[in-house]
Amino acid sequence: MLMETVPTLAIVWYLLIVVLWVGFLFLEGFDFGVGMLLPILGRDEKKRRVLINTIGPVWDGNEVWLLTAGGAMFAAFPGWYSSLFSALYLPLLLMLVGLILRGVAFEYRAKRTETKWRSMLDKFAIVGSFLPTLVLGVGFANFVIGLPNDGLLFNGTLAGLFGPFALLGGVMLLALFLTHGATFITLKTSGSVHESARRLVGKIGWIAVALVGAFVVIQNVMWPANSAFGNFAVIAWAAAAVTIVALAGSVTLTSRGREGWGFVLGGLAIVSLFGGIFVKMYGNLGFAQDGGIAVAEHLNVITAASSPTTLTIMTWAAIIFVPIVVAYQSWSYWVFRKRISTKSIPDDVTVAV
Amino acid sequence: MDTVTLGRWQFAITTVYHFLFVPITIAMSMLVAIMQTIWYKTGHARYLQLTKFFGKLLLINFALGVVTGIVQEFQFGMNWSEYSRFVGDVFGAPLALEALLAFFLESTFLGLWIFGWHKLPRFLHLMTIYAVAFGTTLSAVFILAANSWMQNPVGTTFRNGRAELDGLAGFGEVLTNPVFLVTFPHVITAAYMVAGGLMAGICGWWLMKLRREGAERDPEAVAAHRFGAKLGAVVLILASVLTTVSGDLQGKIMTQVQPMKMAAAEALYDTETNADLALFTIGSLDGTKEIFSIKIPGLLSWMSGNETVQGINDLREQYAAEGSSQNDGTRTQLQQEFAADLAENYPGVDPVPNIFMSFWTFRLMIGLGMAGAALGVLMLWLLRKDRLPPQHRLWDKVWTPMMFAMPLLPLFAISFGWIFTEMGRQPWIVAGVMPTAGGVSASVSAASVLISMIVYTLLYGVLAVIEVGLFLRYVKKGLPDDTDVELDDESDADTPMSFAY
Repeated sequence: MLMETVPTLAIVWYLLIVVLWVGFLFLEGFDFGVGMLLPILGRDEKKRRVLINTIGPVWDGNEVWLLTAGGAMFAAFPGWYSSLFSALYLPLLLMLVGLILRGVAFEYRAKRTETKWRSMLDKFAIVGSFLPTLVLGVGFANFVIGLPNDGLLFNGTLAGLFGPFALLGGVMLLALFLTHGATFITLKTSGSVHESARRLVGKIGWIAVALVGAFVVIQNVMWPANSAFGNFAVIAWAAAAVTIVALAGSVTLTSRGREGWGFVLGGLAIVSLFGGIFVKMYGNLGFAQDGGIAVAEHLNVITAASSPTTLTIMTWAAIIFVPIVVAYQSWSYWVFRKRISTKSIPDDVTVAV
Repeated sequence: MDTVTLGRWQFAITTVYHFLFVPITIAMSMLVAIMQTIWYKTGHARYLQLTKFFGKLLLINFALGVVTGIVQEFQFGMNWSEYSRFVGDVFGAPLALEALLAFFLESTFLGLWIFGWHKLPRFLHLMTIYAVAFGTTLSAVFILAANSWMQNPVGTTFRNGRAELDGLAGFGEVLTNPVFLVTFPHVITAAYMVAGGLMAGICGWWLMKLRREGAERDPEAVAAHRFGAKLGAVVLILASVLTTVSGDLQGKIMTQVQPMKMAAAEALYDTETNADLALFTIGSLDGTKEIFSIKIPGLLSWMSGNETVQGINDLREQYAAEGSSQNDGTRTQLQQEFAADLAENYPGVDPVPNIFMSFWTFRLMIGLGMAGAALGVLMLWLLRKDRLPPQHRLWDKVWTPMMFAMPLLPLFAISFGWIFTEMGRQPWIVAGVMPTAGGVSASVSAASVLISMIVYTLLYGVLAVIEVGLFLRYVKKGLPDDTDVELDDESDADTPMSFAY
């Protein structure tokens, strides 16, 4: 099959959007994990505070990666942004409700000391971390399958988004983010929380390896990355292999107390998992393509893209500002690099500021 | 109801709600930065206490601004996907730049500010709150440039069946859109009115409380709240003056680019020379003629910057005959190039917005804003020299409501201002180009929109109760007793941190 010629700027922006999404999934992945682990690793108030303080200063900055990814899709691929966000209307609503509850939970929890108040906001944090993870897992599985459409607009049903592979995607991502979150906690804490997080990785980590393994194998067998835009099946298979090996390595190292390398490998697993999914989505943007229709006649990386002018302006903005953002966010992680334990959490509740 | 009506209601609910938090975020972050600077320079505990006191209130407010802001960015694609598809080439860039340049800055440095008191050297820590304040203002730059483009679509050409930036120069025009250049100062100074009013109101309330404590009162607390009350009132008054000036300029630009909006704001049915400004008008139900009004001679012509002000009926006829145009008969490039498609695809558009809403929201905006400014002046007068709030039964009764009114009047003035500017743009989503009905998502059912509207309304309602409760609780707690800030010892893992959530 003759490969379609995609304008360079469109390729550049597809890659940049992949970077923003993967950045978001890597960073918020552990935030979501920490949120969901509150009832498991945070058996008492002190422990819950240890968990929340591991991400307290950084969670909001992590979430901006999602906003930037969304904004970049709007600016660089208005057709993609429009068709996708209207297609996933109710799932996105669910995700937004989660993100709202979670943000409020982290910022308001410490502002009152009553047990009732705190347990309410803990529930906000747990539900608010669970919902977006589930939606993202189901969503990306559907992008692998390809959203049904009439060439421009989604024409599937809500129930159709919850097929077996999509549900596997949801469960897989829950397990993966729980593992990623627990690994992050081993890296950021010391003492009893550290120990129980490490033991937990040794258990749920292997469930995650199994689910992620099943997901990437089914993905590549059923929906190989081969389209009118090129045959990338080998690359997608390679990404799948890296994902499984990296995650298994991460779980092994973390449960043996080598959490630094464990976290790096776990991060690599997330990057290669979603990297592989985006390889599959290249060209078709996660929308099913009817081979009978000319490429120029339906939604894809060429027709959804903005004009060269807009893409050029945005490219310069990205070249200048993405490194600056990465620099100051990294600095922020460095400032808050100290491990936290139940002993380092002050007793009297100091109110924010 | 159809998806267009529901989508508009949802946008109105979520946006007006979101914008209750935005002005305080923008302006209070800067006022907190200024107070922290005074503490940094003088080392006086009073300013540290004020910084932390208003900093807490800022954070309570900030959190809801952040979470409701996410909905805003998603909403364009979810509810208004055909609008997004048509304008994304122009409108998407400012939104992406807002996230990349402003949101990252605000969120990262706010985290550093909150958790960094005992970890960062003083000067560096001070800079983090300035980064936040700068970020919030930068955010306003991009979103207002985007909104101003909807009011006056400059720098854009109609190509490939959609609105596209007309080269690099087109992007320059979007960022120097005359509507944007006057809207930005108007919105920013209005935000300072709210934050000034909030500081004055809270400190004023405390001064009355302290006055009632009699001789027992803490002189340091009195001094701190006097400073806050006066600073807040001065900010409120100065910002009011600037808001009025920029609003006046905005009226003149609006008359040029959206003559129909000005006519609707004034319920001016027929074109008039040396037009009067109506303080009060009753129109007929079908909105075509005026029944009764009270007027100030010549003021409307002065406000619009034109001797002759075009009326609604004449503008409507003009639209039917020759399509959309600006006050001097010209059009922007996009309006010109899209005119034929507009006539073909959207025949029979009635170019008149809701006159009742335009007329009254315009007056409520101005009236409430002016009333807020007047309270600022009254406050300064009552606290002149070293006075405390006056001792009189009447003042005892009205003082607390007055303190609540100081931030709320300008805040609601802003809400009405936005309702005016957005409803006055109707029936257009992009002025003179795309009707609002054409922008709605084609693949989303009315039921889905209704569900999301109910969910947002309930969730936002609950959050409002939580937020206001927490806010008032922290107002009543008063100044914290911090006197200084020490850096934590980072070498020992088990030493308790001075601050944690």
